Amino acid sequence: MSGWGDHLLILPILVPLIAGAVMILIGERRRRTLAALGVVSTLAVAALALALLGIAGTAEPGAMVRVYRLGDWPAAFGIVLVLDRLAAVMLVLTSVLALAALVFALARWHRAGTYFHPLFQFQIMGLNGAFLTGDLFNLFVFFEVMLAASYGLALHGSTRLRVQSAMHYIVINLVASLLFLIGVSVIYGVTGTLNMADLAGRIPSIAAADRGLMEAGCAVLGVAFVIKAAIWPLGFWLPTTYAAASAPAAAMLSILSKVGIYAILRLWLLLFGDDAGASAGFGGTWLLVGGLATIGFGSVVVLAAQSAARLVGGCVLVSSGTLLAAIAMGVVGVTQGALFYLASSVLGIAAFFLLIELFERGRDAGADVLAVTREAFGEEDEVLSESEESAGIAIPVGTAVLGLSFIACALILAGLPPLSGFVGKLAMLVPLLAPGEAPSAGAWVLLGALLVSGLVTTIAMVRTGIDVFWASPDSVARIRLVEIGPVLLLLGLCIALTAKPQPVMQYLGAAAASLHQPQDYAGGVPTDRPPPGEGKAR
Amino acid sequence: METILAIAIGVLAASGTWLVLRPRTFQVVIGLSLLSYAVNLFIFSTGGLRTGAAPVLAPGEAGTLAGYADPVPQALVLTAIVIGFATTALFLVVLLAARGFTGTDHVDGREKGS
Repeated sequence: MSGWGDHLLILPILVPLIAGAVMILIGERRRRTLAALGVVSTLAVAALALALLGIAGTAEPGAMVRVYRLGDWPAAFGIVLVLDRLAAVMLVLTSVLALAALVFALARWHRAGTYFHPLFQFQIMGLNGAFLTGDLFNLFVFFEVMLAASYGLALHGSTRLRVQSAMHYIVINLVASLLFLIGVSVIYGVTGTLNMADLAGRIPSIAAADRGLMEAGCAVLGVAFVIKAAIWPLGFWLPTTYAAASAPAAAMLSILSKVGIYAILRLWLLLFGDDAGASAGFGGTWLLVGGLATIGFGSVVVLAAQSAARLVGGCVLVSSGTLLAAIAMGVVGVTQGALFYLASSVLGIAAFFLLIELFERGRDAGADVLAVTREAFGEEDEVLSESEESAGIAIPVGTAVLGLSFIACALILAGLPPLSGFVGKLAMLVPLLAPGEAPSAGAWVLLGALLVSGLVTTIAMVRTGIDVFWASPDSVARIRLVEIGPVLLLLGLCIALTAKPQPVMQYLGAAAASLHQPQDYAGGVPTDRPPPGEGKAR
Repeated sequence: METILAIAIGVLAASGTWLVLRPRTFQVVIGLSLLSYAVNLFIFSTGGLRTGAAPVLAPGEAGTLAGYADPVPQALVLTAIVIGFATTALFLVVLLAARGFTGTDHVDGREKGS
C-alpha cells in the first residue's frame, strides 16, 4: 500500500459509483449532461481497465496478483480486491462493451425510459466489482449490485413482453442469490473464512468429517453460478429475457451471463485444483456434462428460433455451455483457448444484439416498440428523434453495411473461419486432441458438440439472413453513424483478434497458467488469521 | 435450541419453496420472502448458537470464540437482509407493472387455457 498507483485498483468501482450517484442528483431532465457524464465515466473506466491490463501483464510469474486492502485492514479481517490477468481481461471486455452499448443507446434508447444512465453506471460498477473482488461475500454483494441494475435495464422502455420476461428473470435470480447465500454461509461455517485465497489454503486441511459439508456448500454455490450462466436445465429464462430486453441492455447482458462462468473458472480452479487434497477436481464431471447439455439445448433453441433476437439467445447458451465444458477439461491450454473464445463470443454476441435492432427497425416489430415508448415519454422526444433520423443514410449503403456486419457476426458466432470464433474453437481443441497422448472420451464429445453447434448456428444464421435481407426487399434501412459505429467497433475488435492473435493468446496463456497454479493467487494475498477455535482470534 | 431453529428454518424454506412454485405473483413474493427469512436464519446459525455472548471484544481483552459470538455471520446477515428488502421492493413494483400490462396476476401473464 504505497503511493497513489495502488489506488488504481479501486477506481473501476468508484468511478461508475460516483458518476451514477451524481447522475441521480442531476435529475432526468438534463439528458445531455447525463449522456456526457456517462460517456466520460465509461471512457475513464476503459482507460483504467487498460492501465490495469498493463499492470497485471507486467507482474512476474510467482507474483501474479496485486492486492488492494480496503481501508488498509489486514487481509484476514478486511475485504481485499485482487487484480490478476484474468480480472484485467474481464475488466477490459466489460468497458469495451459498455462503451459500445452506451454510444448505441445515445441514438435513441436512453430516452425510452427513466434512469437509464445511472442504472448503466451501476451495472458497470457491479461487473467490475465482481471481477476484482477477492472475497466470497463481497462477490455476492457485487453480484446483487450488478443484478439489481440489470433488472432495471432489462425493464428499460417497459413493454408487456419486457415486464413479463423480466419478472421471470428476477424471480430466478433472487432464488439463485438465496442459494449463493446458503453456499457462502456453509463454506464460512466449515472453514471460518470468506477470503478466497485463505479458503484455497484451508481446503486441503479440512477434517474428513467436515469435507462432505464443505463440498455440499461449494456445490450449492456452484448451482447459483450456473443459474447465472444459464446452464441446462437452469437456463430456460435466458433466451426470452435477452430477446425481450432493449438492444443496449441486451448487449450488456451478454457479459452478465459470463460472470457466472468467470466465478466458476476462478473458484473451481482455485479451490479444487491439484493442491486441494481429497477434494481435487470436485464436480468436474458435472461441469462437463452440464456444459455439453447446454450446448445441445442451445443448439435446439438456435434452430427453433423464429426471431433473430431469440437466435442470439440460443448463441449465448451455446457459448456458455462451450466455455463450461472447456473449463471442466482442466487443461491449461484449453483454458487459454476458452478465454479467447469468451472474449470473441462476448464481443460477437453484443455486436449482434445491437445489429438486430438496426435491421429489425426497417421491419415492423421494432417500430412498434419504439412507437409505444415514444407515446409514453412525450412528443418532444419524437420531434427530436424524427429530425435526427432524417439525417440517416438511406439504402443501399446502409443495407450493404448491415449485411456485411451480419455476415461477420454469423461467422464469429458459428465459429467459422476466418474470424475469431474459429480461432477460439481451434485453440480449445488443439491441446485436447494433441498427438502423442490419446484424447479422452470427453474431448471427442466436446469436439462433436462444437462441430454440431457450429453447423446448427450456420443454418439458423443463413435462414435469418435470407429472411431479413433478401425476402423483404422493401425494407428501408436507416442507420446513423452513432448506431452502426459501436457495432463496427465490436466487430473490428473481433477482426483484430483474428489478425493479431499472438499477443492476446500469450496474455491469456499466462492468465490460464496462473489460474491453474492457485498457489500464486493464494500466496499473493496475505492472510494471517489462525483457524477459528485455536486460542486468540486476533 | 438447535433443533427448534432447524425446524423453523426447514418449515420456512419448505413453505417458501412451495409458494415460489405457485402461479400467482403475490404467492411468489411471499414465497421469496419466506425463503429469504429461512436463509437469513441459516446464515445467522452458522456462527454457532449462543445466548448472552457479545460479538464485540471488551478493551484490552483477547477474546476466544468460546466466550464471544462470531460477529461475521451477524454482519453477513445484516447485509443479506438489506439486499433482500431492496430486491423484494423492486419485485413488488415489477409485479404491479405486470398486473397493469396484462390484467392478470398469473406469472405468465395469461390464465391457464386462455
